[in-house]
Amino acid sequence: MKFAVVVFPGSNCDHDAYYAARHVLGQQAEFVWHKETSLAGADVVMLPGGFSHGDYLRTGAIARFSPIMRAVADAAAAGTPVLGICNGFQILLECGLLPGAMLRNRDLKFHCEIVGVRVERTDTPFTSRCAAGEVLRLPIAHGEGNYYAPPETVAELERAGRVVFRYATAAGEITDAANPNGSVSNIAGICSAARNVVGLMPHPERACQAIVGSGDGLKLFESAVQTLADRGALQEAHR
Amino acid sequence: MKARVFVTLKPSVFDPQGHTIAEALQSLGYQDVADVRQGKYFELDLRVGSRADAERLASEVADRVLANPVIESFRIELGQQ
Repeated sequence: MKFAVVVFPGSNCDHDAYYAARHVLGQQAEFVWHKETSLAGADVVMLPGGFSHGDYLRTGAIARFSPIMRAVADAAAAGTPVLGICNGFQILLECGLLPGAMLRNRDLKFHCEIVGVRVERTDTPFTSRCAAGEVLRLPIAHGEGNYYAPPETVAELERAGRVVFRYATAAGEITDAANPNGSVSNIAGICSAARNVVGLMPHPERACQAIVGSGDGLKLFESAVQTLADRGALQEAHR
Repeated sequence: MKARVFVTLKPSVFDPQGHTIAEALQSLGYQDVADVRQGKYFELDLRVGSRADAERLASEVADRVLANPVIESFRIELGQQ
């Protein structure tokens, strides 16, 4: 499977994403500069974390206009799995591929710590290898991870099962104490209506090997590989 | 022509920065400052021929880039010709 890691000026988790796909999972991976207009047949698209354009104006507000985002939108519409991590999630929100917006963390502090993230749905390309309700230990590193959407949007996300990850205690309880940034309903990640576009604030690509503190993030990448393998097998069966 | 764009968080959105500033002011003794909301201010230098064109261009730029319509609203003030 070919993973495309989009690189914006200021992205700084692109190498971790590449490393996870290429060196931990042994898949093909390549960097795609934001000025390119083609994703060159990538099977999975990743928008990595960082501070694209210095977070000037608003996080992700300028990156959303990059030439590559046209190709990302087309890939998303075609059903390609697209994963936005942290700043990548913010970019997906700014360009409307996911609903809502990010506010400054409610305590105004930049949070850099490992948190509990409960998997709410396993029916996305990035969570198919997770168990429903399992709590992943993933690092967060953000100053603006306070997810906000108008009440009717949040209601729709809940109704449609589009809240994919929630901040939780190690025991899987959704509490205010477990919410590092004040995001509504402890939302840590969501998916599009078609479920192939997923955005989350925690960093799975920085938790793919036990030596870095947690290997729980690898499941998201394994899920993508599994999902695509299953699709390929399905296509073969229909030939 | 100059245009000024004021971008503010929608009233329904909690503003942690404004809230923190209000608390800081109150702890400095300014009890009469009941609340603070923080926004953004932009000065645009527009190459247009009329106030109507300036209003149109500033609004488009504000709506598309300067403000995030999910959480912010904006208003425009035009300068002298």
